[in-house]
Amino acid sequence: MTEEMSGAEMVIRALADQGVKHLFGYPGGAVLPIYDAIFAQDKVQHILVRHEQGAVHAAEGYARSTGKVGCVLVTSGPGATNAVTGLTDALMDSIPIVCITGQVPTHLIGNDAFQECDTVGITRPCTKHNYLVKRIEDLPRVLHEAFYIASSGRPGPVVVDIPKDIQFAKGVYSKPKDFPHTGYKPKLKGDIDKIKQAIELMAHAKRPLFYTGGGVINSGKHASDLLRELVKLTGFPVTSTLMGLGAFPAADPQWMGMLGMHGTLEANMAMHDCDVMICIGARFDDRITGRLDAFSPGSKKIHVDIDASSINKNVKVDVGIVGDCAHVLEDMVRLWRSGAKHPDKKALGDWWKQIDKWRSRKSLAYRRSNEVIKPQYAIQRLYELTKDRDTYITTEVGQHQMWAAQFYNFQEPNRWMTSGGLGTMGYGLPASVGVQLAHPKSLVIDIAGEASVLMTMQEISTAVQYRLPVKIFIINNKYMGMVRQWQELLHGGRYSESYSEALPDFVKLAEAYHAHGIRCEKPGDLDHAIKEMIDVDKPVLFDCVVDPKENCFPMIPSGRAHNEMILGDAAESLDSAITEAGKVMV
Amino acid sequence: MNAPTTSHYPAAPTAQKAESHTLSVLVDNEPGVLARVIGLFSGRGYNIESLTVSETEHAKHLSLITVVTTGTPMVIEQIKNQLDRLVPVHRVVDMTLSGRSIERELAMVKVKGKGDSRVEALRLADAFRARVIDATTESFVFEITGKSDKIEQFVALMLPLGLVEVSRTGIAAIARGPEGM
Ligand SMILES: Cc1cc2nc3c(=O)[nH]c(=O)nc-3n(C[C@H](O)[C@H](O)[C@H](O)COP(=O)(O)OP(=O)(O)OC[C@H]3O[C@@H](n4cnc5c(N)ncnc54)[C@H](O)[C@@H]3O)c2cc1C
Ligand SMILES: Cc1ncc(C[n+]2csc(CCOP(=O)(O)OP(=O)(O)O)c2C)c(N)n1
Ligand SMILES: [Mg+2]
Repeated sequence: MTEEMSGAEMVIRALADQGVKHLFGYPGGAVLPIYDAIFAQDKVQHILVRHEQGAVHAAEGYARSTGKVGCVLVTSGPGATNAVTGLTDALMDSIPIVCITGQVPTHLIGNDAFQECDTVGITRPCTKHNYLVKRIEDLPRVLHEAFYIASSGRPGPVVVDIPKDIQFAKGVYSKPKDFPHTGYKPKLKGDIDKIKQAIELMAHAKRPLFYTGGGVINSGKHASDLLRELVKLTGFPVTSTLMGLGAFPAADPQWMGMLGMHGTLEANMAMHDCDVMICIGARFDDRITGRLDAFSPGSKKIHVDIDASSINKNVKVDVGIVGDCAHVLEDMVRLWRSGAKHPDKKALGDWWKQIDKWRSRKSLAYRRSNEVIKPQYAIQRLYELTKDRDTYITTEVGQHQMWAAQFYNFQEPNRWMTSGGLGTMGYGLPASVGVQLAHPKSLVIDIAGEASVLMTMQEISTAVQYRLPVKIFIINNKYMGMVRQWQELLHGGRYSESYSEALPDFVKLAEAYHAHGIRCEKPGDLDHAIKEMIDVDKPVLFDCVVDPKENCFPMIPSGRAHNEMILGDAAESLDSAITEAGKVMV
Repeated sequence: MNAPTTSHYPAAPTAQKAESHTLSVLVDNEPGVLARVIGLFSGRGYNIESLTVSETEHAKHLSLITVVTTGTPMVIEQIKNQLDRLVPVHRVVDMTLSGRSIERELAMVKVKGKGDSRVEALRLADAFRARVIDATTESFVFEITGKSDKIEQFVALMLPLGLVEVSRTGIAAIARGPEGM
């Protein structure tokens, strides 16, 4: 089926044919024809953000919470450069985004025209792929290909840069199915011989564990279901990265908590001491491995990843399986069920006893207070008061993000939206806008830091405009807490520029935006205030004033091994934990 | 040995032995594809020792990039996987690993001199099967093809005889035997 129309109309038509319902954008000279096309239809709703970075983060939240592609439209020059942080964020965290950028007319490209920038040049290293469309005949194919590339294999952002004359030009539109996908074909099925080798290793394991990551979320709900099945069948313990939280339920007894720099003692010690590590859709990030030459020295490693370049990048593995998590997990479950050999029950029992010993150190424990709100307590209460609701959590970046990961117990995938790889302060508020739009009836909360949230605060205005009742729960410690913590522990307590001086009054700020403001300063008032936040059918800025000096523990200082973890003073003595660990290390 | 703890990042790994590999990369012949490949190398800190690009089959819109790079075996594997991940890349073949490839380079070498050194330059060119492609009463331009080390040896010999400049194409490689990429 073909039809003649303008390039601008093709853009909106292609989005509609790709099933896009919402488009986050900001207008400007180089995209006005597309805005005209938006005006003339009602299939795709445009959401006007307040900054292009916010548009991309909102699209990321939308994408991560639905599994669909998030869509963005920005103008040339500053519109495109403002989108760069969001695009980089989406690339690092494997989020499917299609971002359409306007460009100056083709005959002006290269002439330093008004609001010209080399968008494909600037975004080449921060996209999975990008296009500059110079002929109207290419536009339909490129638009559909952009969706395919963004969402298949390892997802990522794709930019389509469209000069203004191409938006005006008339051409023949074609539907998605008219383009066979050539060239780029990600491999979904894993090599069955490798999977058999993996199963063999697992069957002989004495101290096994699953180390899972964002790839399980990317792979879809089915992958989480299969992971749960395999974990149950094997009886092995499981830990996850920050990006993978929710794929396996935190309430399950086989769950050890998050691993890595701010992970639990049991997860990190188990990583260090295991004999078979089964990594599913995680990428051996440096927040996980710590000191590479001391990373899980005695284990055989299995790695399932859809991107061959993730395998053997940081850590050499014994069995690398290139494939999609759900596909490979399905084979693993089948082979495990039909396999004759199963692990040594006694060894596995001893392993669990060891893990329970580590657990008994209570590495997440903190000193409670009746005077000031402890940030951990705030998140625990938030969890208790929202866990029975249909809740989605986003975060900013810093200590509050780590406490959210540690204390908000995720039971389902796609409920947790955070900037892991790039660590972008200012992600959470716009992301919550995107999530709320995708899930209008759900409770959407941004667990924020007072410094981060100011980076994209203006998006609260977007939330108000579209009546999106997002809850911005600010853990206000009056510091860039994560920076302060590093300065305290590693730079002799020289708190250079990390105090949040001259903060706004968040309650008044909320009112200025026609949102609802709440401040809470006492632990005793917290539950009531959180309930109020939930009940208000409006965007809320919640100023939760917490202990300014609290540190986030456990912590593995960079460049240290997993068994060189620092615990908080409320946890059971660190020294005994290390000696205990030393014994089993051999 | 503990890494310094004041960094946000782990310490650099201890150096392993680097190897030189020749990679043949078949790509769509479209604008920007070379920028993607070069950007990948500079962005991720890989070395480029030699790089040649040329269209191979016009009708299929394909180009072949031959790149010589160095790195530890793990880095070489990364480079191949990273290249393979670029959307316009169709295939990446490690010519060094396959062990059955032929590599050639062409160089044009300008030598200036009179008298004995001029005669000597001609004599050596003959021994290396280099052709004279330009001559004046005081200079020659030689064309030489072969493996890189042959060219390097020839250039080294020309140095005392009045070497002015060298223009090299970089390495092109192809597999032996009947099969294509
Ligand atoms: C302040 C701060 C502190 C942090 N501390 C920690 C910490 O303590 N612990 C922690 O875990 N993280 C921490 N992080 C996050 C960390 O930086 C990384 O973002 C995170 O660890 C990466 O998670 P991942 O390995 O699951 O990979 P992701 O970035 O989610 O990548 C997913 C991997 O799965 C693959 N994949 C994608 N789709 C599929 C599919 N369908 N099938 C198979 N494979 C697929 C991809 O190729 C990729 O290799 C922190 C971040 C910040 C900002
Ligand atoms: C855009 C950006 N700039 C700088 C940083 C470095 N950084 C990481 S955490 C942090 C402090 C965050 O402070 P706040 O939002 O108050 O969170 P807290 O750690 O206090 O919970 C900073 C500056 C970053 N991650 N992102
Ligand atoms: Mg703070």
